[in-house]
Amino acid sequence: MMLDKLKKLGSLPVVVGCLFISTLYVAICNLAFPEGSALHVSTYTVTLFGKYLCYALLALAVDLVWGYCGILSLGHGAFFALGGYAMGMYLMRQIGDRGVYGNPELPDFMVFLNWDSLPWYWAGTDSFIWTLFLVLAGPGLLAYIFGSMAFRSRVSGVYLSIMTQAMTYALLLAFFRNEMGFGGNNGLTDFKDILGFSLQSDTTRVVLFAVTATFLALGFALCHFIVNSKMGRVVTAIRDSENRVRFIGYKPEHYKVWIFVVSAMLAGVAGALYVPQVGIINPGEFSPLNSIEIVVWVAIGGRGSLYGAIIGALVVSYAKTRFTAIMPEAWLYALGGLFVLVTLLLPKGLAGFVPQLIEKYKQNKTDKKPQEVQS
Amino acid sequence: MVRRFCFILTLLMMVVCRPAFAADEVDSLINQLPHKTLRNITPLLDQIAGHKDEKVRFVLTEILNGDLYYLKSNRQVVSVRKSDSGDYKLTDVLSLSVLTQDGKPSIKKIRTSNRIRSHIRGLLAQIDLTHDSKAVRLAAVQEILENIDEDTVALIKKHQSNEQDSEIKELMATAVALYQLNEGAAKEKIAAVTALKESLQPEVRNAMQVQLNRLAEIEKTELTKDDRALQKALTSAVDSIKQKRKFYEFIENLFFGLSLGSVLLLAAIGLAITFGVMGVINMAHGEMIMLGAYTTYVIQQMFPQWIDYSLFIAIPAAFIVSGSVGILIERGVIRFLKGRPLETLLATFGISLILQQVVRSVFSPLNRTVAAPEWMSGSWQINPIFSLTFNRLYIILFALAVFFALLAFMKRSSLGLHVRAVAQNREMARALSVRSDRVDAITFGLGSGIAGIAGVVLSQLTNVGPNLGQSYIIDSFLVVVFGGVGNLWGTLVAAMSLGTINKFLEPVTGSVLATIIVLVGLVLFIQKRPKGLFPQKGRAAE
Repeated sequence: MMLDKLKKLGSLPVVVGCLFISTLYVAICNLAFPEGSALHVSTYTVTLFGKYLCYALLALAVDLVWGYCGILSLGHGAFFALGGYAMGMYLMRQIGDRGVYGNPELPDFMVFLNWDSLPWYWAGTDSFIWTLFLVLAGPGLLAYIFGSMAFRSRVSGVYLSIMTQAMTYALLLAFFRNEMGFGGNNGLTDFKDILGFSLQSDTTRVVLFAVTATFLALGFALCHFIVNSKMGRVVTAIRDSENRVRFIGYKPEHYKVWIFVVSAMLAGVAGALYVPQVGIINPGEFSPLNSIEIVVWVAIGGRGSLYGAIIGALVVSYAKTRFTAIMPEAWLYALGGLFVLVTLLLPKGLAGFVPQLIEKYKQNKTDKKPQEVQS
Repeated sequence: MVRRFCFILTLLMMVVCRPAFAADEVDSLINQLPHKTLRNITPLLDQIAGHKDEKVRFVLTEILNGDLYYLKSNRQVVSVRKSDSGDYKLTDVLSLSVLTQDGKPSIKKIRTSNRIRSHIRGLLAQIDLTHDSKAVRLAAVQEILENIDEDTVALIKKHQSNEQDSEIKELMATAVALYQLNEGAAKEKIAAVTALKESLQPEVRNAMQVQLNRLAEIEKTELTKDDRALQKALTSAVDSIKQKRKFYEFIENLFFGLSLGSVLLLAAIGLAITFGVMGVINMAHGEMIMLGAYTTYVIQQMFPQWIDYSLFIAIPAAFIVSGSVGILIERGVIRFLKGRPLETLLATFGISLILQQVVRSVFSPLNRTVAAPEWMSGSWQINPIFSLTFNRLYIILFALAVFFALLAFMKRSSLGLHVRAVAQNREMARALSVRSDRVDAITFGLGSGIAGIAGVVLSQLTNVGPNLGQSYIIDSFLVVVFGGVGNLWGTLVAAMSLGTINKFLEPVTGSVLATIIVLVGLVLFIQKRPKGLFPQKGRAAE
């Protein structure tokens, strides 16, 4: 009975356990051990790994729609950035009169543009609760409008991918404009503190890391339950054959919109966690290249497997950090090569590779056994 | 017989030697300049201006600008330029050779006064108005038109009857009428307005506006009958001119739109083949464009002396380079991913990253400029407010030529037939002994090669850099999807209409917002008609 339940949970306890242990490790090693000690983990590393966890959450969101529903979104960076901008607006308001121009009401770039008052969509952004709402509602609403229009007219496959790419490209251009009221080219930056805690202090960084890890665990649990729920079965069925699902009597577009919105919200949360750690959000996050990189994480990690997405995001991001530090030229070769090799040789990604090996090993064993008997 | 021969010989000699005599005469006249004073220089200037010689114009302009000096030592007339470093550069006006000298030269200016300068201006205008070249005469009249006064109008009237060219004649008439409008009595003004109604010269419109403003300032009761008639004539003339300008503005926007559309067409048409016909999403398509642009650059570097003709080498070269890279990609990667469009998308995206990095490593990440050949620059001036630039004109023509060549290939050649057969039903085509593998490779090579040609064109419009292709890939996809996948005519219509819409929106909304509006509009359009403007019909569409 117990074992059955555990089996149903699959990789969930392992992932949550890993996240819990790493958080504990980071917290203790950063705060308890002094700098210079062999066990000390620098705040830079804490922030770096916090960033990776945000990417992992983002990869999870993409895996949910791509791996389980077959919707290849090349625009998830847009949802990520929208969540980030929502958080950025809050952090911007927290600066108060400590900005360069010392205006208690308006952020610096608005003073610079000679604006008299906040635009209407900035209203309420000084409240953290409202910001949390925006983080979910902004990406969610965009995903709902886009998804319901696209899926109802049965745009699918490659067309949808290109349209999502066009969407994030349009947003990129729009956010570059100063008139949008999001800081234009420079975006939102120079954040001071969050909920009254300074963003520069080690403790805040570690807490942010812990919060990110918690949200990643929660996100993983959420995706796990969605995928294994009855609804999740329908969604997977849509991936495999949309027309059959429709003929059975389901409305695939409703399920698709629903899963697309959930995924967009997850991406938004990832963005909101990303911004306070990195300290800046600018229109560059909307660039189509970023969105495609997310897809690579999932492809390399293994789409259709939730922990695979997390592994992919962590491995590729870490590789990127190392590569760009050692030989920046080689990074694009490596990334491009990964794309080609993974799609050609590892269609199921790293997560699918290990089971494949085990399977092969087992098969070899069973093949060999009769031979042994003969000899 | 001998006498006749001698006579002809003498005549010939006269013809041959005459310019030499005349040149000598001009030289001696110019050499007299240092001996004259302010009071008696004018007749000499008139004499100099009476000669047809390129030197004359140069000397007079130099005097006008106060750059003509003579050496105190031997009274040699020189033109003097002071360089930025403070050195003097002396040029002998007769031989146009630069004089070498050390230190500050001992020179004296040939003095002029306001009266003399305005006299010289008149002389210069006269020289230009009687010049042999039409362009010079036209420019002279144009200049007079811009600041017309009593003297210049007299000049024009003097040469009006001698002028043979109808275009210049018309412009001269405009100038005379314009003077009449400015200075004449009310009756003459009305006549002038009627004469000028058709003119599109900006000066005419300004002058009419000035007259209207003048009339508006006068009290209504004090307006004479003629004034009222003039006012009426002016208003209707200004309106008609305004209408005409609007019309030409519209045509100009249309032209810009079509030229942008042609660029889109060239960028997208290769994609229309690989994506539309083969169903392969090639994210490296933009990089094929980029490779074509770099090929142009390399060829120009190889043959710097033939920049005017290098494009004709670059077009086939770019086709071959991009085409062979395309075939390599197809044979090496894409054929293993048949029937998995999303994986193809990812793999080709990886290839695009690699190609970009290759270019960065080989050519450096900085932008390169490709020189434009002589015959591409300049414009075709249709009327004073409307001209078509040659490079845009050629690009439109070239894009259409490529389009129709491709169409002919697809519809007329046996290879094109095979390509279409494989696109419609691969299995059936194979059963009928079409070598589908070979067709795939050729199709992909063709699409990529055309992208390379697009790169040659783009290199004429923008700087060539590693990111050149990336900026066109989304646009190209949208064009293909908008036009309807697998339909070349749809691609043509889509590219041209997107280009035109963009250019018509631009003045209203600004270029960034115009792009956004077009993008959003397209996304909405695809929602309504997922198969594009011209969807494929029949079983192939499924």
